[in-house]
Parts: sequence; C-alpha cells; structure tokens
Amino acid sequence: MSSIRKSVSKLFLATVGMFLFGFALVPLYDVFCEITGLNGKVTGPTFSEYENVGNREIKIIFTTTNNDDMPWFFDSSKSQMRVKTGEQNLLNYVFTNTTNKPMIAQAIPSVSPGKGAQYFHKTECFCFEQQSLEPGESIMIPLKFVIDPDLPKDISSLALGYTLFDITEDLMQKQASN
Amino acid sequence: MSAVIEGHHDDHHHHGPAKGISRWLFTTNHKDIGSLYLWFSFIMLFIGGAMAMVIRAELFEPGSQIVSPEFYNQMVTNHGLIMVFGVIMPAFVGFANWLVPMQIGAPDMALPRLNNLSFWILPAAFGVLIATFFMEGGAPNFGWTFYAPLSTEYAPPTVTYFIFAVHIMGASSIMGSINVITTILNMRAPGMTLMKMPLFVWTWLITAYLLIAVMPVLAGAVTMMLMDIHFGTSFFKAGGGGDPVLFQHVFWFFGHPEVYIMILPAFGIVSHIIETFSRKPIFGYESMVYAIASIALLSFVVWAHHMFTVGMPIAGELFFMYSTMLIAIPTGVKVFNWLSTMFKGSLTFETPMLFAIAFVALFTIGGLSGIMLAIAPADFQYHDTYFVVAHFHYVLVPGALFSIIAGVYYWLPKWTGYMYDEFMGKTHFWLSFVSVNLTFFPMHFVGLAGMPRRIPDYAMQFADYNMIVSVGAFLFGLSQLLFLYVVLKAIFYGKKATGQVWEGAKGLEWTLDSPPAYHTFETPPNLESGEVKA
Repeated sequence: MSSIRKSVSKLFLATVGMFLFGFALVPLYDVFCEITGLNGKVTGPTFSEYENVGNREIKIIFTTTNNDDMPWFFDSSKSQMRVKTGEQNLLNYVFTNTTNKPMIAQAIPSVSPGKGAQYFHKTECFCFEQQSLEPGESIMIPLKFVIDPDLPKDISSLALGYTLFDITEDLMQKQASN
Repeated sequence: MSAVIEGHHDDHHHHGPAKGISRWLFTTNHKDIGSLYLWFSFIMLFIGGAMAMVIRAELFEPGSQIVSPEFYNQMVTNHGLIMVFGVIMPAFVGFANWLVPMQIGAPDMALPRLNNLSFWILPAAFGVLIATFFMEGGAPNFGWTFYAPLSTEYAPPTVTYFIFAVHIMGASSIMGSINVITTILNMRAPGMTLMKMPLFVWTWLITAYLLIAVMPVLAGAVTMMLMDIHFGTSFFKAGGGGDPVLFQHVFWFFGHPEVYIMILPAFGIVSHIIETFSRKPIFGYESMVYAIASIALLSFVVWAHHMFTVGMPIAGELFFMYSTMLIAIPTGVKVFNWLSTMFKGSLTFETPMLFAIAFVALFTIGGLSGIMLAIAPADFQYHDTYFVVAHFHYVLVPGALFSIIAGVYYWLPKWTGYMYDEFMGKTHFWLSFVSVNLTFFPMHFVGLAGMPRRIPDYAMQFADYNMIVSVGAFLFGLSQLLFLYVVLKAIFYGKKATGQVWEGAKGLEWTLDSPPAYHTFETPPNLESGEVKA
C-alpha cells in the first residue's frame, strides 16, 4: 500500500508542478521574446549615450493604429524620418479624445523587423504610461529615441507601430475586483 | 514492484455487482467503469457526429443554406471539443480500465474510488458544455483551439461555463492518469517486468505521463483566460502589456502532446490486433516501446509548428520544422513493424483486423500530409485551409476512431461473452472505409486550392468536391448507427464466445472466461513458472 501512496503523491506533485509551469511560461515567454526580438517587443526606457555616433542612415517609418473601435484621434507628427545611428531624435504624437466621456488609453509599441527591436531605444515615451483624457481634450506627447549603432548591417529601415487600446473598462474592472 | 492489495476486497469477495442504478453510480469495479466510459464515449460520438452532420449539410452547397454563420461557428467549436475530449479520450480511458488490470494480472485499478470520481465528473463537464447552447449568447463559438482574444474579449458570456467544463475534463483526465500509472507501476503480476508488458499497457503508461504533463498546462491556460475575462489581468490582452500570441504558445504546448495522447493508445490496440490475426508475435517489440517513448518526448518540442504563420524568427521556424519531421522516424518504425508482423503471417481478415489494417494504411496517409504541413514555407500555403482539416481527420477518424472500433470488435466478445455478427461487422467496415475516404480525401484537393476552414460558405469552384464530401460524411454517420446495432445485437442476441475467442490471441485477458468474472486475478497469475505468458 505504501508504494501506491508513494506513486500517487509523486504524480500529484508532478501535476501541481506542471500547473505552475503553465504560469511560468508567461515570464519565460517575455524573456524569450526579449532575447529573440519575437513580436517586435521593445524594452522599457533606456538612457544610453553613444560616444561614437554612427554614420549609417536608417529610415524609420511610423504608423499609428486604433485597436478595435477605439474612437480617439491618434497620429504622429511625421510618417517617416531618416536618422543617423546613435543620435537623439524627436517627434510628437497627438491624442484627442473625440468622445463625450472621459477615457483612459494605452499605446502599445511594436518594432519590425522583430530582430531590430532591441536596437530601438526610446529615451522618453508615452508608451510607458496610460493616457487619461477628458471629453474633447487633446494632448501632444514627444517621443525621443536613439538607434543603436550596433544595429545589424542587413537592416536599413525600421518600422515603429503604435496600437492604441481603450483600457477604461479594464481599469474599472480591476478596481472593482480589488 | 508488485503490491497486492490485501484485505481491501475481502468484504465483498464473492459478491456480484450491486443491483439497479446504484451499481453504476457507486461502482468501484474497473470493468463497470470501463463500460461506463465506453458507453459515454459512444453517446458523445453521436452528439459530436450530429454536429458534423449539421456542418456538412450547411456545406453541401455554396451559399448560406440551413444555419446562421453564428450557429455554424458553435457547431464547429463543439464538434471539435466533444470529439477530442468527449469521444476519443474517454474511449481510450474506457479501454484502459477494462484492459490494464486484466493484461497485467491485477485485481482492479490501484485507486478504485478515484476511478469512480474521474468518470462521473465527465458527464457533468459535458452537461455544462452542452447546456451553453440553451443560454443567452449561445455556445462557445471560437473554435476548439479557443485562441485569445476570440475566446476572451470577443467571446460569448457562456465562455465562463466553457472554462469550468475544461477544468473538470482536465481533472478527470489527470485523476485517470494517476490511477493508470499507479496501477501499472505497482500492481503487475509477479514476473511481468516492464519489458514484458503488453504493448497496450506500455502505450497507456506513456500516454498517462503525457496527460499529467500537459493537462495542468491547459488548466493554467483556461485559468489565465478566466482571470483576463473577470479579474482584469492582462495575460493575453495587448492593451495591458500581455500578448495574444502567448496564448497560442501555451495552448499548443498542451495541444501537441494532446494529439499524441489521442493516438498512442491506438498504436497499442492495433499492435495486439495485428499480432493476433497474423498469428505471429509482434515484430520488434522493443523498438515499438522505444518508438512510443521517443514520440512522446519529441511531442514537447514541436508545438510551434501549429503557429508558423504568426511570426517567428527564421531559426524558430527551422527548429520546429526539423524537430517535427524527426517524429516521422519513430512513427515509421511502428508502421514498418506492423507490416513486418503481417509479412508471411497466417493472416485472416475478421472485422477487427480489417479495421486495424485500414488504420495502418489511412493513418499513414494522415502522417504523410503531416510531413507536408511540417515544411514551414509550404505551411504558409496550407495554413488554415481544408488541407489541415483533411490531415487531422485522417489521423483522428481512420486513425484513432478506427482503432477504437477495431478494439471494440476485438474485445467485445471478451467483455460481454457474446460474439458479434461477423457479416454485419464486415459490412460496417466496408461502409466506413469507403465513406471515410469519400469524406476526407477530397478535402486535400479543396484545401490545396485554397478553401479556408471554419467558414460556413465557399467559392463556387469548390462546390462539386464539397457535395461529394457531404455525401461521404452522411454515409459515414449512418454507418456508425450500424455499429451501434452490431454492438447491441451482440449483447442481446450474440452467440456465446469462448474464453480464448480468437485463435491467435495471446495475453492474460484471454486466459479468463468470457465474460470475465466480476472480480478477476484476485490472486495474481504466476508468470515466472512459465505456465501463463503475457
């Protein structure tokens, strides 16, 4: 009987372990994405200064998309730029709440090609915080970025896409469940 | 290694089963529970099959015919869920319950009460799932793979019931697997070493390990969905910093081993049937065992071949492409072993053997289209077309389902004590064989030509083939009613079967009477003396 008990408890532990492993896949996936640049995930703000400003010129394309039926006006001041690697660059994004109720939004960035994502350093960016706007309110926010001179040679242009999500309800739900 | 449960059964040693409904509700007998699982699976086969009939009726002609697109989506989703979790998996657990104790010379499963529980929560799970059809918003409609955000942000409100049902199904499978492994590891008759175990027992041992490894991950995935929907987390919500693609990774980490869970026991069943009707021991027993084990191990490192088109670094595409192709090697070993077993054997072609041979031939077709799908660049063409539908139906219908039907014909005389009608069985086989190919083979053609899956309408050029497919599907559906008739006829009007049943059958279960006594092998058979051979 004890051998049966031993088998059962081992198998039960394995089950619990695999359940936890399922959740461990979430941070593992983020780490994996960061290493491989999968899905064009970009990391948080970085404040790197480059001494040897590269002389490569890279074309950067900016796109803005509204997720689902997000009604806000959302656009960038430039649709593309030619920038030097290692140099600070600046452009502006405009957000307008076109509805008649206060809303909270979050912009999520993605860089393609994915393997270029880790060389796209944003030093100041609205993507790290949520935007809360009153009805009809408009706001202009700068984006500062540097392209790492170590950017692989085969990449001559990068696209930075922002998708704007309406997270008003999610936040309210979160508050309600807390 | 072999622990015999002493004292446990003493109080009802010479009793038969209890009377009436309480026999089935409270039974802890592995044979009763095996029958419950098999009948449950049979009923679900007709429910899931009826949904397939609705799908094929809608696709009989182009244009919107019978059901609304919304209802069509519900049909596609629930057909998949029921066939996977309600038919194939419970049927194999039913086989395991009936056969594992009898094949290893054990008196029962190691945990009989847990066994009862793991069966009886299944009807509850599927009751919950099917009840969603009658609720506001309708049944789940996001496909059996329930990709987020379709299954989270855009799901009908009934998705919570679906999540609950999946949790229960998972709990049932995990408890069943713990039971199977514990039984096999601890209760084998003296002298039955691991490498002397019947192949069906081997396949189930490995399947049970797979289940324990991946069902909890599925439970985790649906728990994350639940939290995203109700508790404001953002596992799969891009707006909150999550990633919908993560869902696909977690799902397929479960999903790919899951497809082997649905085929490994089939390998075991078919191995027994082929050796019996070839009157030769299985060719390459050891290579069979190693092949099963390597298929199981490889199944953990191939999952992203389901997601070639969602965006992956080229190195990832290559890795998952090659690792997937590697699986063809152990699978090929098995197919050649079956062929070698039949080679120069004294073959006879009773119904189980016909289904088993059809399994080998048609499963191989499904395997070959699998290799085609594994080629990452080619997959960009095949992805989400009917070619994929043709592929997985070839491995699941003439694959897993045929092996289940073959196994039922093979062991039915043992279980019930009565022979089935051989002529009717063969009629059932030929009808099924012709109609299954009529149904699924043309799907390859329309798929390669670009017909997308899960869409209730299609372009005019696919009309002829779709009509053929639908006719085949209706015929296949009707043929399974014949199967029900053959089984019932055997139970009520069949001729008495002998204990041996089949001339060439080897294994401990054939040393018992047909039907076996309610409690068997209360003293384990002694394999060391050489009188009985497994």
